[in-house]
Amino acid sequence: MSTATVAINAAARAPKRAIPGFGTTLGFSIFYLSLIVLIPLAGVFFRASGLGLDGLWHVLSSPRVLHALSLSFVAAFIAAAINAVFGGIVAWVFVRYEFPGKRLLDAVIDLPFALPTAVAGIALTALYSPNGWIGELLTPLGIKVAYTRLGIVVALTFIGLPFIVRTVEPVLREVEKDLEEAAATLGAARWHTVSRVILPAVMPALVTGFALAFARGVGEYGSVIFIAGNFPNLTEIAPLLITIKLDEFDYQGATAIAAAMLMISFGLLLVINLLQAWARKRGGTQ
Amino acid sequence: MSMAAARADAAELLNASYDVARAVYQDLNLAFIADWKQKTGESLTIDQSHGGSSKQARAVIDGLEADVVSMNNPLDIDAIAKAGLLPLDWQARLPNHSSPSWSPILFIVRKGNPKNIRDWDDLIKPGVQIIIPNPKTSGNGRYSYLAAWQYARSKPGGSDDTAIVFEQKLFANVPVLDTGGRGATTTFAQRELGDVLLTFENEVSLIRGEFGADKFRVVIPSLTVRADNPIALVDKVAAKKNTTKAAQAYLQFHYTRAAQEIFAKNGLRPIDAAVLKAHAAEFPAVNVFDVDQAFGGWPKAQADHFADGASFDKIIAAAHR
Repeated sequence: MSTATVAINAAARAPKRAIPGFGTTLGFSIFYLSLIVLIPLAGVFFRASGLGLDGLWHVLSSPRVLHALSLSFVAAFIAAAINAVFGGIVAWVFVRYEFPGKRLLDAVIDLPFALPTAVAGIALTALYSPNGWIGELLTPLGIKVAYTRLGIVVALTFIGLPFIVRTVEPVLREVEKDLEEAAATLGAARWHTVSRVILPAVMPALVTGFALAFARGVGEYGSVIFIAGNFPNLTEIAPLLITIKLDEFDYQGATAIAAAMLMISFGLLLVINLLQAWARKRGGTQ
Repeated sequence: MSMAAARADAAELLNASYDVARAVYQDLNLAFIADWKQKTGESLTIDQSHGGSSKQARAVIDGLEADVVSMNNPLDIDAIAKAGLLPLDWQARLPNHSSPSWSPILFIVRKGNPKNIRDWDDLIKPGVQIIIPNPKTSGNGRYSYLAAWQYARSKPGGSDDTAIVFEQKLFANVPVLDTGGRGATTTFAQRELGDVLLTFENEVSLIRGEFGADKFRVVIPSLTVRADNPIALVDKVAAKKNTTKAAQAYLQFHYTRAAQEIFAKNGLRPIDAAVLKAHAAEFPAVNVFDVDQAFGGWPKAQADHFADGASFDKIIAAAHR
């Protein structure tokens, strides 16, 4: 900790940049970002702007669109929150303990990254539908997962898990075990060690993972449409509604929803980033 | 030999088509390539692109260079026409409104028909689950919806008002709205969800082949809809690629006896009466209406029923509350 502060102070005092190539790399970064991200996104706004403000409002204020948007964001939020808790625990176990089959399980965590989302959706639906392995057990209890909102959350939780585990893991590895042992020898209760020593250190990473999983969940299409049931005003997610509008050759309506999703996502990610900066500062001073 | 060598760049056609037409076109393309070679001495390759009908239309509008399109409803070709790639009166350019084959919507029930489903009225009974894909995103769903509507209003005392009530009851019995015909088939056959699947006749043989012939039974309702499968030349693309002649011959070929046989073999009803008769065992008589007669054409049906806020949106809102 103290060495880091020294390094930062030294950098601030340095009259010239020690690392070469700032101008070139910055130029390249901006060019690259524009090409890959900004120009395509600008296209969305350009297309949606053809509607005019009234048209845009007309599309976005329809109950069906509002419902789809709120479903997408709320389901993604819940799934990311579930992952933040349980993904955090998974990361903790991987870092702190040795057990047989650990390498194998470690590789399994990344599967949701690699799996085509449609495959995930089909597999989850097969499991949770009333005649599936898990669905069969839940149906007598009156719990319906496939073709409900719960199913959407399940799919998004599946998709989002590696984001949390993979962002928290390296940070957790950096937190010295000695620190926890020191806390214990100084008489801290176990819960205290977790809440006062470990959590503050991994909080920024946890928030990053949450943001990534959340963002991914909002845009997720492939895995959700299989398990969702896709009923308007009930289980219809915003990306599906965009696809439906496209199938009706309503390009402007589709881009209007897309633009709204972009704005909301951008706003939320900005808030999360600010939160994260705040968490990092707070974690640093303790 | 030397002639053939000189034509190093043999003509290439691209046919953008809908999902389930894959098997048909595998056979039909081979037959046409052989025919074309024999008549003109030119070799030809035909590439296929398959996907949901509306998605394919959108791809062509957005620049997929298809010389020919074959869809499962005329609306999708109309959309391409509106984008200026082919004339608006494309349906008049080939026989039978440019549709060389068709298929009715039928019911598929489970072995032994445990819910005793015989006609549309059995679908709206409480406790019956029906699998229909989303009419907003699939031709299959649109046709099923229109068939139910037409049935309800042609009953004694029926009207558009009773049709709305009928559709509400029908869609209250639909547990999942898959986005496409294929998804609905999977839901019904593999997830074993639902008592009835509403789908095109040509899907039946595919389902039987994939999931076992004895697991399902076909029920032919007393009235159903005729789904034509229209084809068209994409003039702008063909002109640019200089393939108009071959593309036109390819479209004409759809109406030959050989092609009609290929349609019949793949479960699509041929428009050639003699070929249909020869396959009467596979294609039992059905009482069908077509969308032009009953709903004043596809553009009107689309506006009245499937556009944003039109009758389907109202029905689904009322059915799932």
